[in-house]
Amino acid sequence: MCLAIPSKIISIVGDMGTVDVDGIKRDVSLLMIEDPQLGDYVIVHAGFAIHKIDEITAKETLQLLKEALAFVEKDDISN
Amino acid sequence: MPIKYAEEYRDKKLSKSLIQEIQKNSRKPVRLMEVCGTHTVSIFKHGIRSILPNTISLLSGPGCPVCVTAQGEIDAFIELSRKKGVIITTFGDLMRVPGSNSSLQKERAKGQDIRMVYSAFDALEIAKINPDKEVVFLGVGFETTAPTIAASVLSAQAMNLTNFSVISAHKQVVPALTALLQTKEVNINGFLLPGHVSVIIGAGAYRGFVKNYPIPCVIAGFEPVDILTGIHMLVKQIETGKKDLENAYPRAVTEEGNVKAQTLLNTVFQTGIATWRGIGLIPDSGLIFQKAYENFDATRRFQISYQQAPEPKGCACGEVLIGVKTPLDCALYKKTCTPIHPVGPCMVSSEGICAAYDKYHTG
Ligand code: SF4
Repeated sequence: MCLAIPSKIISIVGDMGTVDVDGIKRDVSLLMIEDPQLGDYVIVHAGFAIHKIDEITAKETLQLLKEALAFVEKDDISN
Repeated sequence: MPIKYAEEYRDKKLSKSLIQEIQKNSRKPVRLMEVCGTHTVSIFKHGIRSILPNTISLLSGPGCPVCVTAQGEIDAFIELSRKKGVIITTFGDLMRVPGSNSSLQKERAKGQDIRMVYSAFDALEIAKINPDKEVVFLGVGFETTAPTIAASVLSAQAMNLTNFSVISAHKQVVPALTALLQTKEVNINGFLLPGHVSVIIGAGAYRGFVKNYPIPCVIAGFEPVDILTGIHMLVKQIETGKKDLENAYPRAVTEEGNVKAQTLLNTVFQTGIATWRGIGLIPDSGLIFQKAYENFDATRRFQISYQQAPEPKGCACGEVLIGVKTPLDCALYKKTCTPIHPVGPCMVSSEGICAAYDKYHTG
């Protein structure tokens, strides 16, 4: 029921939209998200988009993680 | 086409570094519970259990909606499906869950009108084209699902659909965490908190719980990097004696959560008591109808009262759901209980722990 992979909004008609995840298209309600736009990546649950993925945070989290781990690796070498 | 925000979080190199970090940090033996069924499946699918150091045991918790539905509720659903003029609509997982003496699937084979839907809105469509029938949606799930069902109730009202009603057997996660910690046999050192329930309720919803019952808690997403980051954060908290709430899934989970969804949920439902398989009655863990919407309450419309019913004989689902046993401790596992002939709900649901063991556990 919980689809873990974010889906891309490819069309919007009123409160409804179509999303695409890995080539599979589904109609979803957009009622629960603010200001849905074409191209947004959303988390879908039971036929509803429940969250718009925060693109900046997604990139930042990865970057921070990579930096932290790279730091540790360097640390290891110096030990 | 790469799957955005999934591929990056499946990065093998990153995962490997995280595992090394976990190995380096983890000294004490710890028992960590992933509360969400989608986590359980993802952990198995990506082989995460087998790559963690021996100090870490992962337990699966009461996070599969169908699994925690009480036997008495399942029996009531089956009873309702036998009523004349009723069309039952439900998510697929519930169909094969064995009740005390039947299942929805068996009832359908006998000719009852039971339909699988993908969204609660699909049930509204069925109600619209069948005005001479009563269409009932079986509302099972957590805070992620409940707002979608609230939205369908509000739509039904706006459309003046009087032949649509809902059974609200929804459950709330935070009161269940409290109940788990109050259960004597349960021994947990940290919680990996559900990603998508948290999308709705927000990180803030756990703050009171963590304050009252200090224990390391990390909200995590579902890709390997997300899960490993969550475990890493839990291990670090435990090793340094911290007992706090952290968010390892900030791209999806905010402090306040999805306010629109919360508003939908709170408009239609209010907190009430609920019975959980394996845990029993938990105060304030269910969602019952608000007075203004109680004419959509199928339990009122059809005068349903839940009866206590024993769980299937020999099925250890109840103990499996609270992390006291694993499916391997159940005498029926893979013998009389298989995905084709499930004895308990944990073997039915795609998010069920026994089904996950059956599919992925080797040895
Ligand atoms: S293996 Fe089957 S009988 Fe045993 S706990 Fe799991 S669902 Fe119940």
